[in-house]
Amino acid sequence: MKLYTRPLYAPDTSIGKPRDPSMTTSATTPKFVARDVKVYYGDKPALHGIDIDILDKSVTAFIGPSGCGKSTFLRCLNRMNDTIPSARVEGTILLDGEDLNDRKVDPVVLRARVGMVFQKPNPFPKTIYENVAYGPKIHGLATSKEEMDHIVESSLKKASLWNEVSDRLHQQGTGLSGGQQQRLVIARAIAVGPEVILMDEPCSALDPIATAKIEELIDELRQQFCIVIVTHSMAQAARVSQKTAFFHLGNLVEVGNTEDIFTNPKDQRTQDYITGRFG
Amino acid sequence: MTGYLFLALIVFSVASFMFGRSLARRKAASQGVRGHSLPAFSGWFVAIWSFIPAALILFVLVVFGGRVENTIVQADVPAAVQQLPELNQGLFFQDVRATVNGGMASTTVYDGELKAAFDHKVAQAKSVDNTITLGAYALTLILALAGAAFAYSRLSPQFRARNSVERWVSAFLVACSVVAILTTLGIILSLLWESLRFFQSVSPLDFLFGTHWSPQIAMRADQVGSSGGFGAVPLFVGTFLIMIIAMCVAAPVGLYSAIYLSEYASPFMRAWIKPVLEILAGVPTVVYGFFAALVVGPSFREFFNWLGAFMPGTPMGEYLMNVQNQMALVAGVVMGIMLIPFVSSLSDDIINSVPQSLRDGSLAMGATRSETIKKVVLPAALPGISGAMLLAVSRAVGETMIVTMAAGLQAKATLNPLDTVTTVTVQIVTLLTGDQEFDSPKTLAAFGLGLTLFAVTLALNLIAQRIVQKYQEQYD
Repeated sequence: MKLYTRPLYAPDTSIGKPRDPSMTTSATTPKFVARDVKVYYGDKPALHGIDIDILDKSVTAFIGPSGCGKSTFLRCLNRMNDTIPSARVEGTILLDGEDLNDRKVDPVVLRARVGMVFQKPNPFPKTIYENVAYGPKIHGLATSKEEMDHIVESSLKKASLWNEVSDRLHQQGTGLSGGQQQRLVIARAIAVGPEVILMDEPCSALDPIATAKIEELIDELRQQFCIVIVTHSMAQAARVSQKTAFFHLGNLVEVGNTEDIFTNPKDQRTQDYITGRFG
Repeated sequence: MTGYLFLALIVFSVASFMFGRSLARRKAASQGVRGHSLPAFSGWFVAIWSFIPAALILFVLVVFGGRVENTIVQADVPAAVQQLPELNQGLFFQDVRATVNGGMASTTVYDGELKAAFDHKVAQAKSVDNTITLGAYALTLILALAGAAFAYSRLSPQFRARNSVERWVSAFLVACSVVAILTTLGIILSLLWESLRFFQSVSPLDFLFGTHWSPQIAMRADQVGSSGGFGAVPLFVGTFLIMIIAMCVAAPVGLYSAIYLSEYASPFMRAWIKPVLEILAGVPTVVYGFFAALVVGPSFREFFNWLGAFMPGTPMGEYLMNVQNQMALVAGVVMGIMLIPFVSSLSDDIINSVPQSLRDGSLAMGATRSETIKKVVLPAALPGISGAMLLAVSRAVGETMIVTMAAGLQAKATLNPLDTVTTVTVQIVTLLTGDQEFDSPKTLAAFGLGLTLFAVTLALNLIAQRIVQKYQEQYD
């Protein structure tokens, strides 16, 4: 089933432009289709063949004990593993039907479509405005100051940060609290108009209140984006996601509706993990 | 003799250590308890008390004994000696000291009353020497024994030898750092003192703002060129010019190679390039100096002469045809090459300390590697890099060997890189090499230059350190 696809090959002029209205995907359309994905760090295998479909307009959570490969797989989805010299990826991952490991694919264009938020908030040492404007600027998404102002404002609004920072856009982004920084980073990712947002344990460095705000935000963003979140907190996975995938020792053990995984897991290992027998 | 006594003291202290250790062990065993400190600490405690007070006395004897002796011997000057000129009086006492301590006496022959005075003083010096030495030896022995006895008497299982040794250790470490601080202070004070003497004969304003440098002082008033000029401006202009040329070479090359090494190089390339750069850093500056004088200088001269040959008849061509080996450009370029590894390894460290998460954040937004470096990594590293550049500047300003060999000696306030210039450090070298007397403005000028140079590099280093510190606080 191949729906509307945007070319992954550079130059891609459609980045950041409003999406084609005919491009109606829904929570039943797979955004990513991964088949037999293997990752090696040097000679050491980290993932032993992952098969998964990740749906658009929904939140998919990756859970599993530390070192199980969930972050590694997440980084395959926007080819961030390219930045690790020893990493090697095999298998196919289709984004809207196109293989993103194809040699012709420009990872720079891919990453503009598949944004990422990291474990530790990593705002650049620039002002709040410059942080959000960074992506639009390098991709040339705004032709005037007004347009840029508009992108910054709408991105900060989407990340529910606008009300808190609208009066201090030109102060350092690093001066915000941890939770605000993480939302700033999300706004920064939204500003380039991605289709997917990958989140690698986005709340692990935050307090419960900031975490609750981010979770609320994730739930809102689900209306527009395909979201994949890696989390150590099973409660968080249960709260925010519609689909949950359980990874263990480099294997995808089980994937399904979040409700089913937490109430009625099919695999003994999943059962053990969610009941806290190992972790 | 003093040496043997010192050896004996060491042996005694080692023995005290072993005895103190076993005593502590026996005392604890006899009371059937575990001591507060391990027996070895009791041993150390006794050894320290046996060694340090006694060793201090020996140290004082070696350093000040001779001086005390001289003061006593020279307290009353015999009448016969008093009639001698002051210079010969000094010589007289020098000969006395030489005779007593077995050194080389001068060839002066003393006879008559002088002979009697000489013999008398030699005898007096001998007895004073004996008294001081024997007294010090006796004191040393007494202190060693008393210290050991005191320490033994303190030993008991309840005694906190461990804490006491800890205090001695910290006192020792403090003493070491005090030595470093005092040395620095001494250097600065002597620099200040001699500069003050210099500024008594040359006004500081003339020195700092004068534009004529020819540090010649005539022996006689009627000599040609009898008036010396001590205006340091040409020297500072020359230093500045060479520093600018050096930084024009070192800053871009060093910074870009650091960026390549930290951001682009594969581990294999890095493993090759880093050691090569470090070899460059290990080349002695005198080697760079003759490289500049014998290889770079002549080839630059040939190049410019060849260039000049294309413009015959024009003033430019004439000038280029007559360019000499020694020019600011050669010294600056070679100094820049010398600074490349310095700049690149400092910048490499600073770029590496920019958190990886910032790079990931930028790459994950679809930025290319060079965009990430230009817009995220370098701005984040900028304070540290400018600190590194300032450190390089202060090294360039203080560098001596290369400029001595390649820049020339003519003090000219010019910004023409093809001209010969001279720098502050070169002038210090030329002022002080050879036989010099240390009371003419000519030699004292070196201290004035040294002080000014010291002030400049100190200021540069302080600013650089402040910048680097501020940067480090941001990411720790």
